[in-house]
Amino acid sequence: MTCITDAKVISHRRVAAGCRRLVLAAPDIARAVKPGQFLHVRCDGGTHAGYPRGAPTRGTHVSGLGWVGSADLLLRRPLSVYDADRERGTVTILYRVVGRGTALLAEKRTGGRVNVLGPLGRGFEPPGYPRGVPTWGTHVSGSGWVGHRRVAIVGGGLGVAPLFFLARELSAGVSEDARPDPTRPDPLGVPALAGRVPRAGAPGGYPRVPARPAVAVFQGARTAPELDLADFSVLPVDLFTATDDGSRGYAGSVVELFLDTVCHEPVDWVSAAGPPGMLRALAGALQTLGLPGEFSLEERMGCGIGACVCCSCRIGTPERWEYRRVCADGPVFPAREVVWE
Amino acid sequence: MKAKTAVDIAGLKLKNPVLTASGTVGFGEEYAPYLDLSGLGALVVKTVTLKPRAGNPPPRITETPAGVINAVGLQNPGVEALVADILPRLARFDVPVIVSIAGETAGEYARLAGRLDGVPGIAALEVNISCPNVKAGGIAFGTEPAMTAEVVRLVKENTALPVIAKLSPNVTDIRIIALAAAGAGADALSLINTLSAMVIDVERRRPLLGNVFGGLSGPAVRPVAVRAVWQAYRAVEVPLIGMGGIMAARDALEFILAGARAVAVGTANLVDPGAAAAVAAGLEQYLAEQGIGDVNELVGAAHRTGG
Repeated sequence: MTCITDAKVISHRRVAAGCRRLVLAAPDIARAVKPGQFLHVRCDGGTHAGYPRGAPTRGTHVSGLGWVGSADLLLRRPLSVYDADRERGTVTILYRVVGRGTALLAEKRTGGRVNVLGPLGRGFEPPGYPRGVPTWGTHVSGSGWVGHRRVAIVGGGLGVAPLFFLARELSAGVSEDARPDPTRPDPLGVPALAGRVPRAGAPGGYPRVPARPAVAVFQGARTAPELDLADFSVLPVDLFTATDDGSRGYAGSVVELFLDTVCHEPVDWVSAAGPPGMLRALAGALQTLGLPGEFSLEERMGCGIGACVCCSCRIGTPERWEYRRVCADGPVFPAREVVWE
Repeated sequence: MKAKTAVDIAGLKLKNPVLTASGTVGFGEEYAPYLDLSGLGALVVKTVTLKPRAGNPPPRITETPAGVINAVGLQNPGVEALVADILPRLARFDVPVIVSIAGETAGEYARLAGRLDGVPGIAALEVNISCPNVKAGGIAFGTEPAMTAEVVRLVKENTALPVIAKLSPNVTDIRIIALAAAGAGADALSLINTLSAMVIDVERRRPLLGNVFGGLSGPAVRPVAVRAVWQAYRAVEVPLIGMGGIMAARDALEFILAGARAVAVGTANLVDPGAAAAVAAGLEQYLAEQGIGDVNELVGAAHRTGG
């Protein structure tokens, strides 16, 4: 469920390369948000009219008859959800200070409020996620890969912002949502147990599935400090890093690193986000390898809810495409359907 | 006592004078979770054309000082999709729906009006002769008095619905266009559409918008729009719908005092999806605080006290 709320700032800190992580208390959003979705953030300190709870009251949206918020800085900024903590009811946004809006947002202190609309958009949907038994995984350490069921997460620069959440969820194993639906046939051929979801591996339960899928993260950056934008190293994932200047990890593009690596450690699916040049190169690589995947796209955005049709991207084939809305039809689209300029 | 907020636009009874500006809330449905559509005077939906339109290449929107420039290019699913799919879905919202139409030729406007005549669920037509973001048609009609009159006349001949002409500010004298539209039978006028504008991306040394030009809206254009309403009020008798950078009730009051019988909230919807409801609530609050029994008493009131 999408909502609009004045979320309290729990923490707000600089990470690296002019980027910041903003942790907000927003329980409804934290419960609902999926990796790859975004929040539409008012950076000017303004709030909203509060529908459907009733007419606005003084001191919130309308102070008397005026507009609360800046009449200069108008549009919301679509910002990726870096992580969410469903138990604590918090969401974390990772963003770079690039202009007037994000500069204003950067001034927000702990305890302040930020008006956010979300979660919005269609997030990442690797096969089997978030519902159903994970069908990849089977990482047998030391003896290679069994069945080659493995997801690659590829991010460049600030493109890692929506990918950490995905990497954490995938590598955390079977989430509550992802437990098998007893009313559906078990994909592994074990008869369904009506009305009861036993523990994995328990007597009478479905066979033990891999506790965590094998996730390989490929993170690219211009320089080493930019790699600190996301804490992939704390996750049980295989992390491969690349920097343009060679200051850490592979010297070169993350797409080259990805290609070099998957030749001997194959993957079955790619979820990616990053600058257009990187995604375009990756699209070429996926086509060559015959690999399916999905890309998170960015575009200048208006309403964020699919009405103004300002944030368009080309989806289809080079011969036959149509404009689709990044905010509502995306931001994540099948890699092979993105038509590059 | 609660003040009267109902207004009459070209025979159309609206429960309050607050509308949505065409193109800013799509066809309304996306806004339903955030905005009580039944609390609006009317929902003015996105402009439709005879055939579906793909729209302009991105980027289509950018923020400017106190404003927004957009160049969507009338992307829409076409009039047949409106009739078959969209209008039936809008019936559940209990709000008068005003359909905005645009053609590339005067004949297309006539065919659109004819196609929509008698279709259930339409309260009025708004004739968009002022979109700055399409190369053929659009703004060309709204900047020429003779073409304005021809389009309005053809639409009137092909529909029994009230016809509202939406005027462009990108003209030398808006009174001449207002007179031409009213003279050709327009039942009401909407003003203003966006101002033709552009932004250069200095880093890349090229126009920022995919369409090069776009339409400027938001608080930056409000004084221009209030002036246009003021002038039109003195030039024509037909009711006026004022719009241009209305963010709150105070802004709406400027338009009403300048002569608008109704107002439309546009850019503000993009910032706060509940903005139109807040404007309507703020107007009621103002009327109550000032002890004004009927919003109609305020229409054009500034002309009687100054100017």
